[in-house]
Amino acid sequence: MPTPYGPKADAGPPGLAAKLLGFCEELRGEGVAIGTSEILDAFTALELVEWTSRDDFREALAATIAKSQDDRRVFELLFERYFFRAAEGEAVQREITERGEGGESGEGGERIDMDELRDQIRDAIAEGDEDRLRDLARLAIAAFGRGEGSGVVGVDVQRIRRTLGLTAGTQPPADDGQERPPIDRSQLTGFERHLRRELERDLIERTETLPPSRPLAELDRALPTSPTQDLAAVHRAVSQMKRRLATLGHEQRGHRKAAAVDVRRTMRASLETGGVPLRLKYKPKRPRRPEIYVLCDVSTSVTSASVFFLSVLHALHDSFRKLRSFVFIERISEVTDVFEHERDFAAVAQKISSEGGVADVSGYTDYGRVWMEFLTEISDELDPRSTVIVLGDARTNGREPHAEIFAQVAERAGRLFWLNPEPKLYWNYGDSVMAAYERYCDGTFECWTTRHLENFVNVVAGGVAVAE
Amino acid sequence: MAEGSVADVKAALAEVGYLADEPAALVSYLAQELGKPVLVEGPAGVGKTELAKALSRSTGRELVRLQCYEGLDEAKAMYEWNYRKQLLRIQAGGEAGWEDVQEDIFSSDFLLTRPLMQAIASPEPVVLLIDEIDKTDQEFEAMLLELLSDFQITIPELGQVAATTMPIVVLTSNDSRELTEALKRRCLYLWLDYPGLEREMEIVRLHVPELPEQLTRRLVEVIEMVRALDLKKPPSIAESIDWARTLLLMGAEDIDRETFNQSMSIIIKHRTDIDLVAERVGVKLADPLRAQG
Repeated sequence: MPTPYGPKADAGPPGLAAKLLGFCEELRGEGVAIGTSEILDAFTALELVEWTSRDDFREALAATIAKSQDDRRVFELLFERYFFRAAEGEAVQREITERGEGGESGEGGERIDMDELRDQIRDAIAEGDEDRLRDLARLAIAAFGRGEGSGVVGVDVQRIRRTLGLTAGTQPPADDGQERPPIDRSQLTGFERHLRRELERDLIERTETLPPSRPLAELDRALPTSPTQDLAAVHRAVSQMKRRLATLGHEQRGHRKAAAVDVRRTMRASLETGGVPLRLKYKPKRPRRPEIYVLCDVSTSVTSASVFFLSVLHALHDSFRKLRSFVFIERISEVTDVFEHERDFAAVAQKISSEGGVADVSGYTDYGRVWMEFLTEISDELDPRSTVIVLGDARTNGREPHAEIFAQVAERAGRLFWLNPEPKLYWNYGDSVMAAYERYCDGTFECWTTRHLENFVNVVAGGVAVAE
Repeated sequence: MAEGSVADVKAALAEVGYLADEPAALVSYLAQELGKPVLVEGPAGVGKTELAKALSRSTGRELVRLQCYEGLDEAKAMYEWNYRKQLLRIQAGGEAGWEDVQEDIFSSDFLLTRPLMQAIASPEPVVLLIDEIDKTDQEFEAMLLELLSDFQITIPELGQVAATTMPIVVLTSNDSRELTEALKRRCLYLWLDYPGLEREMEIVRLHVPELPEQLTRRLVEVIEMVRALDLKKPPSIAESIDWARTLLLMGAEDIDRETFNQSMSIIIKHRTDIDLVAERVGVKLADPLRAQG
């Protein structure tokens, strides 16, 4: 309710402090760990920078709050959204609108010249003038009439862009014959972002409500369900795992029984006993780097998982020096070289499918044959120090599973783990023969989310399994 | 460098030959004003260590550097008792009572200072660079916490040694493993990435002003192309500068395929990378013979 004395009072606690706390709270909700000391730092830092510069404000906040690349990514996404919403929400609450009653007709009355507008936008894009682009975006929206849109912001953005005739690529020369620099995709997206933002602002002003805020998509947690899905998501998950692998080795150090005498520390300790080395000090032992053999099923029944598994292999190769990898369908084929020489994941995947030579005729997995081939090819090198990891669904398509040969593999290897891309519920249904193999494994894991994967990594690196 | 604004810090850094981008300048400024350590992360060769050096030059402070490696312990990083000297003291002491000797041998005379202690004890303010913190183990990180939050070191026999002057602390990490939350919480965070085309051109021109502008642009473009490939070790900024110097020495006028193949080893340091770059980038460059014909 507007009062005669001015805008109505705020509902929430006023001021920047409350807004910042709200922002931090939202970041925490997205899984960014922010301590109270960090919030205090943020406030101190903000006292030192000019608030009029949006970039300084944002950087100062980011430097004190977002402490990793992942956090920074979330921060960027939320910063835009939160402060935009905060400002708009405040405006709605205080019933501030940008144009008064009837102000609109005066502006909209004169026709805006479409060609002129288009040229100006092109110039602004070329110069990279963000403020001007924003103004032009509003002008463009005004030109197409507010309220006439479909009501769906995304649709309107594209409609306006199409009507303006803006496309990426080389641009026609200006009227005075001057050459224009080409517009690339990202510049155009920049303009669309402005359009979207202004349309949203309009929508909020019209409806006087904010759309509900949604949590960010949880890309990191779920695995892709089809190979066409975003590979980047898999890679992000795997890179997290890679870091964890690197850290896990370190955690082990110093906890084990030691062997070699550390002369320096022994001498140092001998001081307490007048220079007589009564107590020996030992050097901490290096953690053991396991020798790993990975066998990966790449048949059609695990298509969706193979992309994921291949990228896991890819990541493992970066983390473990002694790693040999194999892919199999009907036959087995070593692909260690491919991974070592090819850094690009897409190229690896392609090379494996074209040169792997793993499918003979049918393209159905033949586990029995795979064990036999693996055993003859590699058995001499398997020893108690080696770990074998099988990535597969244990679906034999009705063929002989040859569990006894699998048992031989398990016997020679120090540890044998099985990662199954199917939920445990489906194991041993249909042609899945998981039970036949399971008793020879040191551990079987269902593995269809990164969480499962992390759990498994913990076990391999010697840690304790985290509770589900 | 006088106390001032972000722009002043940026200008001061530029004066000593380091072109900082906005976030880097801002965080450097905040680090000085807030007295907080800065954690700088980013790929190898983007100038993380250089930032610390430039800060030391621009502020006129001495640089104390601690290079981290696997197995680094407090004896090598903080302080160590000079046990030889202590033994001598015990043997030479003769008549003095045990109480006296004990008090004596655990005094600062018998202390060997290592970089961290040196930075804390220095009467002049210093810049402390803890390089590649991700190479150490977590125990070492934990040990740093007291230093980073309170700028003091506790020696059981002596008590606390607190900093008399506030050092600027810069930690660098190649992101090869995740640092502990506790460490991160005490630091400001700065992510340095490869510079954009324009900024890298400025950097190269600052260091090799003799190279023609046209050629510098070409060089930076090729470097960007090379970095876009997935290499074992993408070329760093220092290597672009080295390459610019090499081209200058070779008297090259343009980067064609021949010049590129001859000088490629300056920026590419892996055999597999060389093959990949020759295959992907080399062919895009003009063939000198065909260009003439």
